[in-house]
Amino acid sequence: MSSQSLYAAQEPVFPRRVKGKFRNLKWWIMAVTLGIYYLTPWIRWDRGPNLPDQAVLVDMASRRFYFFWIEIWPHEFYFVAGLLIMAGLGLFLFTSALGRVWCGYTCPQTVWTDLFILVERWIEGDRNARVRLYHGEWNIRKWRLRLTKWVVWLAIAVATGGAWVFYFTDAPTLLRDLGNYSAHPVAYGTIAILTATTFLFGGFAREQICIYACPWPRIQAAMMDPDTITVAYRDWRGEERGKKHENKTGDCIDCMACVNVCPMGIDIRDGQQMECITCALCIDACDDVMGKIGKPRGLIDYLALSDEPAERAGTPATPIWKHVLRPRTLLYTAMWVSIGVGLLYALFIRTDLELAVSPVRNPTYVLQSDGAVRNIYDIRLRNKTGDARILHLSLTSDEILRIDLEGRDGLRQLEIPADTTILQRVYVTARPNDAAASLHITDLTFWVEDLDANVRANQATTFNGRE
Amino acid sequence: MSDLKVDEETGVETTGHVWDGIEELNNPLPRWWLWTLYACIVWAIAYSIAYPAWPMLSGATSGVLGYSSRGEVAEDIAAHEAKNQGLVVEFAAVELAALDPASDLNRYAVARGGSVFRAQCSQCHGSGAAGGVGYPNLLDNDWLWGGDMDNITHSIRHGIRNDTDDDARYSEMPAFSEILETEEIDAIVEYVTSLSMPEFDAGMAEMGTVLFQDNCASCHGEKATGDRDLGAPNLADAIWLYGGDREALKYTVENARFGVMPAWGQRLTDADVRAVSVYVHSLGGGE
Ligand code: SF4
Ligand code: SF4
Repeated sequence: MSSQSLYAAQEPVFPRRVKGKFRNLKWWIMAVTLGIYYLTPWIRWDRGPNLPDQAVLVDMASRRFYFFWIEIWPHEFYFVAGLLIMAGLGLFLFTSALGRVWCGYTCPQTVWTDLFILVERWIEGDRNARVRLYHGEWNIRKWRLRLTKWVVWLAIAVATGGAWVFYFTDAPTLLRDLGNYSAHPVAYGTIAILTATTFLFGGFAREQICIYACPWPRIQAAMMDPDTITVAYRDWRGEERGKKHENKTGDCIDCMACVNVCPMGIDIRDGQQMECITCALCIDACDDVMGKIGKPRGLIDYLALSDEPAERAGTPATPIWKHVLRPRTLLYTAMWVSIGVGLLYALFIRTDLELAVSPVRNPTYVLQSDGAVRNIYDIRLRNKTGDARILHLSLTSDEILRIDLEGRDGLRQLEIPADTTILQRVYVTARPNDAAASLHITDLTFWVEDLDANVRANQATTFNGRE
Repeated sequence: MSDLKVDEETGVETTGHVWDGIEELNNPLPRWWLWTLYACIVWAIAYSIAYPAWPMLSGATSGVLGYSSRGEVAEDIAAHEAKNQGLVVEFAAVELAALDPASDLNRYAVARGGSVFRAQCSQCHGSGAAGGVGYPNLLDNDWLWGGDMDNITHSIRHGIRNDTDDDARYSEMPAFSEILETEEIDAIVEYVTSLSMPEFDAGMAEMGTVLFQDNCASCHGEKATGDRDLGAPNLADAIWLYGGDREALKYTVENARFGVMPAWGQRLTDADVRAVSVYVHSLGGGE
């Protein structure tokens, strides 16, 4: 038997407070991202009487997604798919250029953990006080501090879960319903689950989510190369480390500042590690120390590992932009941009009137008693405007083929209510002597037209003859 | 233990497992991970007590929560039926011929009739209702017994030429092989062919005309355009239930045809019969 247990208790991490430019940048990013998250559902947007006036709304019930002036219908889900692919490529681009910037600055786990640590520090004090409290016995003071902290955490967690549901329905109405306990159980359930996960992940699981639960640290290794700019320790400058009076030659005075501020609880001087989220707090901490002992900043820094030989030799390193602009990042950018341009193009050629034609091919054609040949089509008409529309249906080769709308008594016109899709069965008939009746396949285009607004849409399909 | 090895680089014991010279370090798992595993085991046991899980000799344990997927389906069906209750009542009262094609009620009837059709009628008439040889195509505008809503409903409810329903539509064509000579039958076939085909033997057809008037016109009409009261097909149009070439026609005249459809009024609820009528009427051939 081995002498050590197979299972180890979690080593809590008590990051120390730090000041510096990256810390400031992170505060700003936290403010902006949280601001966007909490405030977006409350932006109003006037779309007219029949449509919701929430700027960003995922309307599951009527299957619409509203984003300011853009309205996405379910059949346009490719926009969402495209945006997800762009998000993925963007992550690849940033990771190959700048390492785990996403993890260090904008990942929700990082942002909320940062917020939770801030609260913890306000209530229990900085690192040393927290370590003492952790090891101290459970007396009144410890209970008071712990409970206060948990209550504040819980409040943040509730606000987090609460903000999420506002994206899915009219925010002011929901807030009122939540208040008088008449909202849908799904809303309460969602808030409960998100509250629990926020509280546990931000308060207790913290760096363990990044290390064990998140797949990204494993994938990122494949995304980075020696040219990637990442947080690293200049060991050629820092070693051999030691306290000042020990007369060591390196710049690192082994003050442990970089270790004490690290929210992941690692020592960046050990080299690149999977756990490092490149949050740059160790850079701030060490730069501060370097300032105090009168050495240049940058013992820990954002740098490309490929620069090491040059720096060791004392020759100038490759400029940052040359690290960032390399074939790989340019390729990612090109792919990202082309998908973006494609989506924008698709967005601008969209009309608020659409039709989709699905030919019924069981059977492919129906012979009429007078020898005429009839094809059946199911036509889906979408009126994306906020007003009802009268639509007129026609064909390109009107003289040869006749068109009838099921259940409309010879009318070729139909009214579609605002913001609706209707399914209309349409019969197209070729008289016995028309070429289309005997030809194998004839091309055909359906047109739909709003005569009042002078808007048209069309779709091509085919007509099957007797052959 | 004596064979305990410690890795020099990290100072961690190894498990003794070596692959290609790579040794496995004995790093402990986090304890919370262990507790998560225990929690999952407890959960699994509780779950298998709460829900149907353990196989027994016949069936399985039923679980203390009394859940069954069959029960869930039944609940779903009941919920949908409750939701449709208003439409069901309305549908029972409505005059089918006066049903507004753009109404919710019509949509309900077509959807309900469509599912009845797929379950009961598609075996003969095809999933797309295009029929086949001997089974009428319900999409075209040719109707043996009439294609308005009332006639369709009557045909479905009572069926055709069955002997289980007294109101079934009934007619029978004699087998002319016992009545006429082969040559005479050939002449009739030639006459019928001349009604819809460009190429025929004029002499034979003329002889057939006379024979047709004597033997066939009483049912199929003087101009061979059929008679819906008897379900006698129109022989002058483009649609043939049993085939329109000379061979098929000859077989029909010699042996006669006798298509049977069951009386669905005896097997389906009245609402289902009405719904499937609406569905058939909506397929494009309804009059
Ligand atoms: S090592 Fe530095 S950059 Fe990496 S997680 Fe720790 S503090 Fe952040
Ligand atoms: S903060 Fe800088 S000087 Fe202090 S231990 Fe870390 S690397 Fe060395």
